Amino acid sequence: MKIEMTVNGELRKLDVNPLSRLLDILRNDLSLTGTKEGCGEGECGACSALMNGLLVNTCLIPIAQCDGSEILTIEGLASSKRGEVLTEAFAEAHSVQCGFCTPGMVLAAESLLRKTPKPDEQQIREGLAGNICRCTGYDMIIDGIQLAAEKGDGLW
Amino acid sequence: MVETLRPRKLDEALTWLSERKALPLAGGTDLMVHFRNYTGTDSLIVRPVLFTDAIDELHSVEDLGDSLKIGAACLLSELENNELVPSLLRQAISQIAAPALRNRATLAGNVCNASPAGDSLPPLYLYDSHVVLASSSGTRTIPLVDFITGPGKTIRTDDELLTHILVSKSQNEKIYYRKVGTRAANALSKLTVAAFAELENNIIMDLRMAFGAVAPVVVRERAVEIIFIGKSIDQVDLDEFRQAYAPHIRPIDDQRSTALYRKEVALNLAGDFIRKIQENL
Repeated sequence: MKIEMTVNGELRKLDVNPLSRLLDILRNDLSLTGTKEGCGEGECGACSALMNGLLVNTCLIPIAQCDGSEILTIEGLASSKRGEVLTEAFAEAHSVQCGFCTPGMVLAAESLLRKTPKPDEQQIREGLAGNICRCTGYDMIIDGIQLAAEKGDGLW
Repeated sequence: MVETLRPRKLDEALTWLSERKALPLAGGTDLMVHFRNYTGTDSLIVRPVLFTDAIDELHSVEDLGDSLKIGAACLLSELENNELVPSLLRQAISQIAAPALRNRATLAGNVCNASPAGDSLPPLYLYDSHVVLASSSGTRTIPLVDFITGPGKTIRTDDELLTHILVSKSQNEKIYYRKVGTRAANALSKLTVAAFAELENNIIMDLRMAFGAVAPVVVRERAVEIIFIGKSIDQVDLDEFRQAYAPHIRPIDDQRSTALYRKEVALNLAGDFIRKIQENL
């Protein structure tokens, strides 16, 4: 079927199998490989993206449901001012070790900060509840998000 | 490639559903896992699929005075933040999975999935909720307790779509919800307990309790509730209360927990609900 969706601000017209996963379309058809596949079952958050402004697991979304939607992936976020602040803060707070969960963590952080620009630790933990990291023990990711909220004061 | 339809209009959806006996898919958070395919392979879904997420009529929460009519496409994250929804149900929803899942998953999906561990179900049972089933030949409204007949089983026929859930607007003061799982997020429940009580001068005017994941369907026993209604809350004996529920808690061993653990914890939490009210009188 033919669908149209806006990905990182650019209108994309695609001819797809309606049941293909958004994750596979992003990675294989649009070469946006920042979005990772971890568990493939909505448990780990590595495939996180924003769909119409809402944090979602792209491994669980049939592409037919994306017709007419707006998708923001890590590539789109990274080139924005808020993305730059998050990137710097994550680097400074050592929020990244192996890096596999990082795109999902950054998108979960973006989603959280849009709703709660000055989150406390509990709010950050709840915002990251669906994103698994096997390296950091989470504390440094929480530090990174708090740092981003300070450095990017007024951006969200 | 299977046939799919993603209509905006309910009429169109129902006509196509009756012709194709399609699989309704709302948020897909259960179905996409159930039919999981790996990258580079085709979907494992072989039936026609009716996507229900774009049907305009199913997106609203209508205030009917005493009750709410919740559209089948309403997201868990919307209901979690809707102050018209009973706070007990909102509390249960806020502990389902994680934010990204709740941004796709629907209440109707949780009901139709009919898992014994569906966390929205115990609060929905407490409020005597109903479901509205529509087909191209008409609609019927059914008590939720009659809709779900076993694990994964409902009385929905192939040409019917669950379009709305009717929930009481009751906001109760003494509410209780406990989810027992291996971790705070993304864990399927070992068991859940939801309850509320209404008191007047310490007399129990109403008391309701429901248990999830301790039997093939949610356990709610009006006969047990009635034993304690009319009594003074400070005179309810905790052991008697536990014993009244004991014969109805019939869990199984599975990969998440054991029958013994589930039964013991369910009854402990039942007693905890009463004790907490007694302590705060």
